[in-house]
Amino acid sequence: MKFLPLVWSGLWRKRVRTLLTMLSVAIAFVLFGLLDGVTAGFDLALTRMTDGAKLRTASRINVQNGLPLSYRPRIESVPGVREVGPWTFFAGYYREPSDDIDSFALDVTRFSITEDVIVDPAYVEAMRTTRTGAIIGPELVNLYGWKIGDRVTLKSRIWTQANGSSDWTFDIVGTYSLREGAFPAGEGFWINHDYLDEARTHSKGSVTLYGVRIDDAAHAGTIGAAIDALFANSADETLTQAERDYFRAQIDRVGNISFIVGSIIAAVLFALLFVTANTMMQSIRERVPELAVLKTYGFGDTAIAGLVVAESALLCLTSAAVGLTVAALLFPQMFDAMGVAPLPLEASTLATGTAIAAAFSILSALLPVWRAQRLKLVDALAGR
Amino acid sequence: MTNIVSMKAVVKAYVRGKQRVEVLRGIDLEAEQGEFLALMGPSGSGKTTLLNLIGGLDRPDRGTITVAGERLEALSAGQLTKWRARHIGFIFQFYNLLPVLTAERNVEVPLLLTKLSAKERQRNVNAALMLVGLGDRARHKPAELSGGQQQRVAIARALVSDPSVLVCDEPTGDLDRETSDSILGLLQLLNRTHGKTIVMVTHDPRAAERASRRLYVDKGVLGQAPLGHAA
Repeated sequence: MKFLPLVWSGLWRKRVRTLLTMLSVAIAFVLFGLLDGVTAGFDLALTRMTDGAKLRTASRINVQNGLPLSYRPRIESVPGVREVGPWTFFAGYYREPSDDIDSFALDVTRFSITEDVIVDPAYVEAMRTTRTGAIIGPELVNLYGWKIGDRVTLKSRIWTQANGSSDWTFDIVGTYSLREGAFPAGEGFWINHDYLDEARTHSKGSVTLYGVRIDDAAHAGTIGAAIDALFANSADETLTQAERDYFRAQIDRVGNISFIVGSIIAAVLFALLFVTANTMMQSIRERVPELAVLKTYGFGDTAIAGLVVAESALLCLTSAAVGLTVAALLFPQMFDAMGVAPLPLEASTLATGTAIAAAFSILSALLPVWRAQRLKLVDALAGR
Repeated sequence: MTNIVSMKAVVKAYVRGKQRVEVLRGIDLEAEQGEFLALMGPSGSGKTTLLNLIGGLDRPDRGTITVAGERLEALSAGQLTKWRARHIGFIFQFYNLLPVLTAERNVEVPLLLTKLSAKERQRNVNAALMLVGLGDRARHKPAELSGGQQQRVAIARALVSDPSVLVCDEPTGDLDRETSDSILGLLQLLNRTHGKTIVMVTHDPRAAERASRRLYVDKGVLGQAPLGHAA
């Protein structure tokens, strides 16, 4: 602690430069906290918001290939499977192709296998008794003002009817609401799977995937393997995954998010290393006579190196702490704005950030320390 | 009286570009404990180099230097650094204070490497500042002090660890006459009352007059002061 005024004097010598550098470091660590937190946050959100007792069975080759509807009773026969529900992608849009609707066909009596929402049983019954019925999410109600009793025509990018039209008209019979902290799935447009299968002209008797509810999440691996074993070496081999693995795979289809985020963070931090090292280097260059005085009064090379590293640490760690604190405050709001539960910034992100800042302290001090140690006392005092 | 500084056949040369310049050529010098020695001479004569050797800031190419009982050329770089901290107080022409620190924190610098407690350090700092007449300016930063006051802070810093020898390089070179007289008076007081051995480099004959002995360095050799210089 007794060296703190000395360390502080080095940093505070050029206040504006120091403050600007601290601001750069703090902003970089805000970015680090938010970006690193996103990948960790998505993982946490997947863990929190998915049910380990739910599986998804799709084509092993490609989810778009689909599976035969005839698989359903065979999957239901696997020990540990409680219920199975079909799910087929409708790929609909409203009026213009840009007005995509998250539309799909399911067995409404088993919607809860794939959809984690709240539906009035009366709406489920209405859907069950209305072949062209549809249940919609709250965001569609807000966006288009649709209400129960409305007839809505969607165009499908995949399915055509016997008359050659890809226009499908549905009767809205109900709406659903979202659970607290659930994935933002408010744009859903559910239609009856039986109706779609009867009316479409191709791929009859198929589903995009099956939602499977099992007795015990602990047996997900063995049950999934048992389901896949049933169809091994068939024309339509299956791949059964836990719900969260399925979602993770869908996210990864966009690209390796972790790698992209990691690359951005690495680029930002690499650039930052030059900023802090340059600040430290300038600071040391300007203080050559002062360092010479310290050496004159008995500060050896180790003591001088310690002072420079401490100065660098004060700069990096203080700024990183500010940046990470701001990130921790912003992070839950960011996730909240994305429609996901306001997750806290993971402790692992804070720990990694602090470790990076500590490594920065040492790395950005290396060159200045080397220069300070090469200082020739007589020349430095003479201002040479 | 015992010799606190003893130099025998000291040679020192510097390489500037491709040229080797012999700055000191076989210097023999002895100074007694409690002496106030002034080193005079023209620019480039080697007087500052001589002072640096006495202060342990530099090493001779040849010859021996004994200061405060230690053979300096035999010490390693680390040992020399520690020796300097124990035995030498430095006073520079341009004060070389740390601009962001207050007077008292500047004076404290040489004590930071000692094992003294914060309380003991503060007591010594206060005593040193009182001695140089700046007890009431302890919390001022260098920019808030006059040149003379800054040099007094530098003197307090040089004194605070109670060194055997004060090494002064043109201590009044940046000051007006009145302030110079005051600083020189302070150095004389430290020498006479507190028994500090002082070796001072100066261009100013009036400053040299305050010393108990004056030596003249010219072309790397110690000699008599020429006419017009006090000797």
